[in-house]
Amino acid sequence: MSAATGSTATDTTTADVTTDDITTDVTADITAADITAGVPAVGDGGPEMIQLLSPEGQRVEGGSDAGDYTAYVDALTDEELRGFYRDLVLIRRVDTEATALQRQGELGIWASLLGQEAAQVGSGRALKPQDYAFPTYREHGVAWCRGVDPLNLLGMFRGVNNGGWDPNEKNFHLYTIIIGAQTLHATGYAMGIQRDGAVGTGDPERDAAVIAYFGDGATAQGDVSEAFTFAAVTNAPVVFFCQNNQWAISEPSERQTRIPLYQRARGFGFPGVRVDGNDVLAVYGVTKHALEEARSGQGPFLVEAYTYRMGAHTTSDDPTKYRVSAEVEVWKLRDPIERVKAWLAHEGKADGEFFAAVEAEAEELAVHVRRGTLDMPEPEGTTMFDHVYVEPHQLLAAEREQFAAYQASFEGAHS
Amino acid sequence: MTQLTIAKALTNGLRAAMERDPKVLLMGEDIGKLGGVFRVTEGLQKDFGEERVIDTPLAEAGIVGTAVGLALRGYRPVVEIQFDGFVYPAFDHIVSQVAKMRARSLGKVAMPIVIRIPVGGGIGAVEHHSESNEAYFTHTAGLKVVCVATPQDAYWGIQQAIETDDPVIFYEPKRRYWDKGHVDLDAASGGLWSAAVAREGTDCTVVAYGPMVKTCMQAAQAAAEEGRSLEVIDLRSLSPLDLDTLCASVEKTGRMVVVHEASTNGGLGAEIAAAVTQRSFHHLEAPVLRVGGYNLPYPPSRLEEDFLPDLDRVLDGVDRALAY
Repeated sequence: MSAATGSTATDTTTADVTTDDITTDVTADITAADITAGVPAVGDGGPEMIQLLSPEGQRVEGGSDAGDYTAYVDALTDEELRGFYRDLVLIRRVDTEATALQRQGELGIWASLLGQEAAQVGSGRALKPQDYAFPTYREHGVAWCRGVDPLNLLGMFRGVNNGGWDPNEKNFHLYTIIIGAQTLHATGYAMGIQRDGAVGTGDPERDAAVIAYFGDGATAQGDVSEAFTFAAVTNAPVVFFCQNNQWAISEPSERQTRIPLYQRARGFGFPGVRVDGNDVLAVYGVTKHALEEARSGQGPFLVEAYTYRMGAHTTSDDPTKYRVSAEVEVWKLRDPIERVKAWLAHEGKADGEFFAAVEAEAEELAVHVRRGTLDMPEPEGTTMFDHVYVEPHQLLAAEREQFAAYQASFEGAHS
Repeated sequence: MTQLTIAKALTNGLRAAMERDPKVLLMGEDIGKLGGVFRVTEGLQKDFGEERVIDTPLAEAGIVGTAVGLALRGYRPVVEIQFDGFVYPAFDHIVSQVAKMRARSLGKVAMPIVIRIPVGGGIGAVEHHSESNEAYFTHTAGLKVVCVATPQDAYWGIQQAIETDDPVIFYEPKRRYWDKGHVDLDAASGGLWSAAVAREGTDCTVVAYGPMVKTCMQAAQAAAEEGRSLEVIDLRSLSPLDLDTLCASVEKTGRMVVVHEASTNGGLGAEIAAAVTQRSFHHLEAPVLRVGGYNLPYPPSRLEEDFLPDLDRVLDGVDRALAY
């Protein structure tokens, strides 16, 4: 517990504060549990957190405003619900395969999404085709929902390119490695949507919103605060989607914030909601609502998906140096996939045949990922000179020519 | 032909670009009702509206970062950084995002962003208002960097910078904003990406850009009165460099002095000296010399006349080149 709070109260946060009441003194309602969530990071998110599916697989209405979001979930068909489960399983399988490929030396590095599948699939499936997503480098599940082939993502981690997919094809921007920078790009893009007259028209095919992904660590970056400011004063249609996975490499979230992250939004003048990031139904409902608000002209919205990074930050990281295994064990009980499976089975929405078919599909996808990675062509050296500028560039043209001649001078040297 | 200051030439150039393309947007601090602290955007918000001439929050990273998003949406943002020394909060977005986006996307997206920066000293300003930071950006692949020196180039140059699909750092010579000159509003656009021979000569080439072009032209006039013929080159494009024009000149004169306000260490003069020496070595009668700011933080304004190159220091450089 943090001595700075002077309180040992359990997690009783801010039930009396509504998200649109921006004049409330936020500091009055902070408890020690809010601040120290993460040491070890076993907090359950507190009573404000929206949860619609418990870790045991029971439909619940957790969080005082949960009723605001149930309608979105109730509207889902059984097929869509099974689709969520399929997404969760498939993207975890992609992640497992990528980690294996890295361990076998086929990828330079991999940033695992293990544990965050529900946060990504729930939000990714809440998007409409005309919406636009700005990811960090861990949004493999969102990419999947947008229809981006996982092999596009692996190219960057293998080192054959620095992205390279066409962001406008699936409205999924390139991965951004500089922490928090994409929140400003997302805000600017949303300002463009406003100028295109594609917000608040009431036309469901036209109105669009942007979703900006970032982590708990990024909230310490000035860019994120500036993005909140720009979005608020321009009333831009952007949903800020923070996956609070409790850890920024080795630093727990208490090193980034002294208030629950979703409460930051109030200081900037827009709503913020904490949702159980391991509950795909709640994430879908809350994000769907936030996006609808944005599309209809109500301005920005902050969603804090309270989740956990089950694996290392990346394959280069060693979490045993800074966190205890007991913490991981607690979060295993909150697994985002198991609860959906239990619920679907219990409700009779899916049967053994369905689950087996998803497993089989996951194995096929893993083969696609593995084969596709191994088959990626090595980039030609001269291609590094391509696409630096749109227009011809004398210096680059000269260097490209010199490089090609230099390379050619070795031809036959070792034969 | 009409007489305009550099500031008003820029205003007219911006207006022409906005009239031509509805995707052109202006963003910056105080650029709307006030028209910018140098009045370059004066009257444009009134005529084009608040959606196209945007008074932004006071946050440079935010301005350039949101400009990236607007560019991705198909807009052509023209960003005003209020003073040279204020660009650093936006440095990350400029070098990590704006400059690299084209390559990262393998050519699938472009960043047609112009970042206008009033540059240089000589106006008696307080700290952080008189800097010449062009070398940070000329060192960054993916950016184009230009600096105009005349009303004619200001008018056409800003339009050319807006028209290119590559990102451009567009430096404006702060202390020359109020200098007047002829502008041919009907001339064909062109020239920003190449160097101009501002004055022909035979004894020594003097290379300058932005505010130093006028200083060098005055130096050339003074030298002529002493019987020395200086060729003055107005670089205009700092990246890419127009080496053809530079080398053609030095191969004629045999000597070159590069003049800029920026500190010389690791500066553009060093790059020009290296590139010209490599290409025109056998034509050189002397090493390519540099005249620039000293290698220290920009001094208090009472000392800036000692820090900045002036007519006499340019001529001193020429004397040294001719002494070989």
